[in-house]
Amino acid sequence: MIWAGVLGTAVGCYLLKLAGLSVPQRLLAAPRIRSMSALLPIALLAALTAVQVFGHGRGVALDARAAGLAFAVVALILRAPFLVVVVGAAAVAALLRALT
Amino acid sequence: MTDLAGWGQTRRSVLARSAGVGVAVGTYGISFGALATTSGLSVVQACALSVLAFTGASQFAFVGVVGGGGSALAGTLTALLLGSRNALYGLRLGPMLRVGGLRRVVAAHLVIDESTAMAIAQDDEQASALAFWSTGLAVFTLWNLATVLGAVGATAFGDPKRLGLDAAVGAAFLGLLWPKLRGRPAWVTAGLAAAVALALSPVLTPGVPVLVAGTITVAVMMAADRENPGPT
Repeated sequence: MIWAGVLGTAVGCYLLKLAGLSVPQRLLAAPRIRSMSALLPIALLAALTAVQVFGHGRGVALDARAAGLAFAVVALILRAPFLVVVVGAAAVAALLRALT
Repeated sequence: MTDLAGWGQTRRSVLARSAGVGVAVGTYGISFGALATTSGLSVVQACALSVLAFTGASQFAFVGVVGGGGSALAGTLTALLLGSRNALYGLRLGPMLRVGGLRRVVAAHLVIDESTAMAIAQDDEQASALAFWSTGLAVFTLWNLATVLGAVGATAFGDPKRLGLDAAVGAAFLGLLWPKLRGRPAWVTAGLAAAVALALSPVLTPGVPVLVAGTITVAVMMAADRENPGPT
């Protein structure tokens, strides 16, 4: 099943890229399409962040992951590199779990 | 033609910056490889995504949804919605690159956030084309090397939860979101989508709340924008 998803993602993502280089300019240049495609990644990434950090099965939970996210926010405000943000968040969550 | 020395300088500066972008993005690749294998993908599946899909946010979304218990289909749909912005990038790049045939088939694969940003930042078409190809190829090379490194490395780690890697996935999504949070509509969109996704979690199967929250939020924002066409 995962392979089907991997290959579907690969083919779909490539076709989207190719479509942009191939279709007539005016088709996708409409202002509403532009603002929609600017908002869509923001909405999806925010939803993914929320579910990943606060989701718990079919419910919501506040645990060590939230502390990891808090670290990530501070690190991003301080303009830390991506790897520092990700590894630091993991370390904070792991530390909290080891202590409690 | 009139200013060969000037072009040489432009060329060197574009190539140096492309390499820099490649190295920076490579570090994302290590995170991606590690998080992919701890989310239940094999090393080969992680590498297949990086070689074939080659668009970071979509790849992170796929492994995030699958790792969170969502179906492969929900993961793919989320990845494709995120990947739809690449189609818009292609529209802007078309007039700069002027590619057809086989070159277009190859160029399309390199249409990503970084190659587009570098191409748009240049002053003329020649420099834009160079920036697109050099950034795209640098990122492609390093992103894939880093994916292998992260994927193989993480398989030696052990229990992902004890290492806090579930928290790392959330941080990775936030890291991808952060540079896009400019202006009030962006923040409102992010807040609304996060709230809707969490509210729907108890009633929908994993993976689906993200898809529904994403589309509902964008629909609401577009409708609000139409009713209240002020400066944004």
